[in-house]
Amino acid sequence: MASAYKRRRALDVLARGACIGAVLLALVPLVSVIGYVTAKGIGGLSFDLFTKLPAPVGETGGGFGNALLGTLMLVGLACSVGIPIGVLSGVYLSEFGHSRFAKLVRFSADVMAGVPSIAIGIFVYTLVVLSMRRFSALAGGIALGILMLPTITRTTEELLKLVPDALREAGLALGIPKWRVILRVVLRTGAPGIATGIMLAVARAAGETAPLLFTSFNSRFWPTSLDKPIASLPIQIFTYAVSPYEDWHRQAWAAALLLMGTVLVLNIAARMLTYQKDSGR
Amino acid sequence: MSPAEQLIQTSTERAPRTPSSGFRLRIVGEVNLGDRIFRIVTATFASGAVLTLAAMAIQMTRASALSLKRFGLSYAFTSNWDPVRDAYGALPFVYGTVVSSLLALLIAVPIAIGVAIYLAELAPGFIRRPLGFLVELLAAIPSVVYGLWGIFLLAPWLRDSVQPALAKGLGFLPLFKGVPRGFGMLAGGLILAIMILPTIASVARDVMRAIPNTFREAALALGATRWETVRTAVLPSARSGIASAIVLGLGRALGETMAVTMVIGNRGEISSSLFAPSATMASVIANEYTEASGDLYLSALSELGLLLFAVTIVLNILARLLVSRMGRMPGAGRA
Repeated sequence: MASAYKRRRALDVLARGACIGAVLLALVPLVSVIGYVTAKGIGGLSFDLFTKLPAPVGETGGGFGNALLGTLMLVGLACSVGIPIGVLSGVYLSEFGHSRFAKLVRFSADVMAGVPSIAIGIFVYTLVVLSMRRFSALAGGIALGILMLPTITRTTEELLKLVPDALREAGLALGIPKWRVILRVVLRTGAPGIATGIMLAVARAAGETAPLLFTSFNSRFWPTSLDKPIASLPIQIFTYAVSPYEDWHRQAWAAALLLMGTVLVLNIAARMLTYQKDSGR
Repeated sequence: MSPAEQLIQTSTERAPRTPSSGFRLRIVGEVNLGDRIFRIVTATFASGAVLTLAAMAIQMTRASALSLKRFGLSYAFTSNWDPVRDAYGALPFVYGTVVSSLLALLIAVPIAIGVAIYLAELAPGFIRRPLGFLVELLAAIPSVVYGLWGIFLLAPWLRDSVQPALAKGLGFLPLFKGVPRGFGMLAGGLILAIMILPTIASVARDVMRAIPNTFREAALALGATRWETVRTAVLPSARSGIASAIVLGLGRALGETMAVTMVIGNRGEISSSLFAPSATMASVIANEYTEASGDLYLSALSELGLLLFAVTIVLNILARLLVSRMGRMPGAGRA
C-alpha cells in the first residue's frame, strides 16, 4: 500500500517536472531570439540607417530609411483597408450575430485567419498586380489589409460581446434608437478592446514578409507614389540576410531589432490595455 | 443576450417583410430607418470577409488553370521541376512541406502539451498570465526575424554540434546520414516547431481551462494526485480540443514561408536524410514567383498556392469540427 502510494507520488513529481521542463524548453528560443537579435542589432543602429538610402551593391554605409517609411506607408494602407471592414464586421457579428449570414461571416473570418500569408500574396498578385501591370505599394497594402481583417473582426466581436447588456438596455430605455446606442454606448465602452485588436493586427502586418514579395516588391529609392514598388523593412531584412555582404548583415540585424522591438512593444501594450479590463481568470 | 434585446432582434429582422405588423413592434419602438440602414451598412462590410475568401478561391483556381489542365493529378506526383523545359512536377516540394511539418509537429506537440498542462493545471495563479503571455510572444516575433536568427545562430549550431552528435549516435539510420550542413530539413522542421508551439500551447490551454472544475474535484476527492487528475479527468475530456490545437498548428506549419525559406536550403530533391537541403511549397513560391517567366511556370507556382490554400482551409474546418465536438460534452463550458 505504502509503496504504491510512493510510486504515485513519484510519478506526480516526475510529471510536474516534465511540464516545467517543457515550459523552460519553450522559453529557450524566445530568450535566444530576443537576446541574440538585441546583441547583434544594437551595435549596428545608427542615425544614418534611419535617414539614408541603401548604398549601391558592394559599398558599405547607407541606410534603410526608405524601407522604414515604406513599412509605415504599407501598414497605413493596410489599416485603411482592414480597420473599417474589420471593425464594422465585428459590430455586425456582435450586435446582429444570430443570422445564418452572420455565421457564414464568422466562419469566413476564422478560415481566413488560417490561410497562409503567401497565398494571400498570390491572390493579390493575380488581382491587383496583373491588372495594374506592375508591383505597387497599393497591392502590398491591400495584401496586408486582408491579413489584418480576421484578427480585427474577431477581437472586435469578442470584446463588444463583453459590453454588459444592461448598458444597451439603459440606452434603449431612454428611447435612443439602437444604432445610436451601438455607436455611442457600445462602441465607446468597447473601444479599448477594439484598439487592442487593431494593435495586434498591426503588429502582425508590420512583420509580414511573404505577401509583400510579389505585391509591393522592393525599391532602392524613396517612395514617391502608391502605384510604384516600395521598399519595406521585412523584405529588406530578407534581402540583406541572404546576401553575402558583411555590412548588409549588420544592417539586417539592426532592422530586425527595430522590427522585433516594435512588434513586441505593440503586443505588450495591447496586453496592458486588456489587462485592467478582465483581471484574473 | 437579454430577452429585451432578443425581442428587438426579431423585430428588426421581421421589419422589412411585415412593416405594419403592428402592436409589438411599436411597443419595442425601434423600427426606425436609422436602425435598418445601420444594419445594412454593417452587414455590407461584414460580407467583405466572405467575398474575399470566395474571390481568393476563384482567383487562385483561375491563375492555376493552365497548369491544372496541362498536368492534372500527375502534377503532385512527378518530380521533375524544370522551368527551362516547361515541365513541372511538384512532388519534391509536397514532400518537403509534409516532412518538415510532421517533423515540426513531432518536436512541438509534446512540449506544447506540457506547457498547456502547466499553464492550465499546475502553475500557481500569479505566474499563469505572465508565463502564458511569454509563450504567446513566441508567436508575435516576425517570421523573417526567426529566419535571420536561423541563418546565423540555429543553422551553425546544428552544423557544429547537433548534427555531428546525431550522426555519431544514430548515424546507422538513413535519417541522420550525410554531410552536416546546418541548412536543411532539420533546421526547417526545428524552426517550424518553434513557430507553431505557441499556437498549439495556447489553444490546448484554453481547451483545458474550459473543462469544468467539477471534473477535477471529482478526481481529487477520490484521492488522485494532481497528475492523475490531469491524466484521468482533464486530458480525456480535452482530447478532441487538443487534437484541434494540433491541427491548427499543422495548418500554420504547412503555410509558413519566410523562416523556412531562409534555413531549409532550397533544393527540390527528395532525400531520406534530415541533414539534406530541401524545399517546401511555400519556399518555392517565395523564391521563384517574381522571376517566373512564362504563363505555364507562373500557373504551376500558383497551383502550389492553391493547394496550400485548399489544404489549410480543410484543416481549419476540421479543427472547428473537433472543437465543436468538445462543446457538446455534457456539462462542459465552451472552448
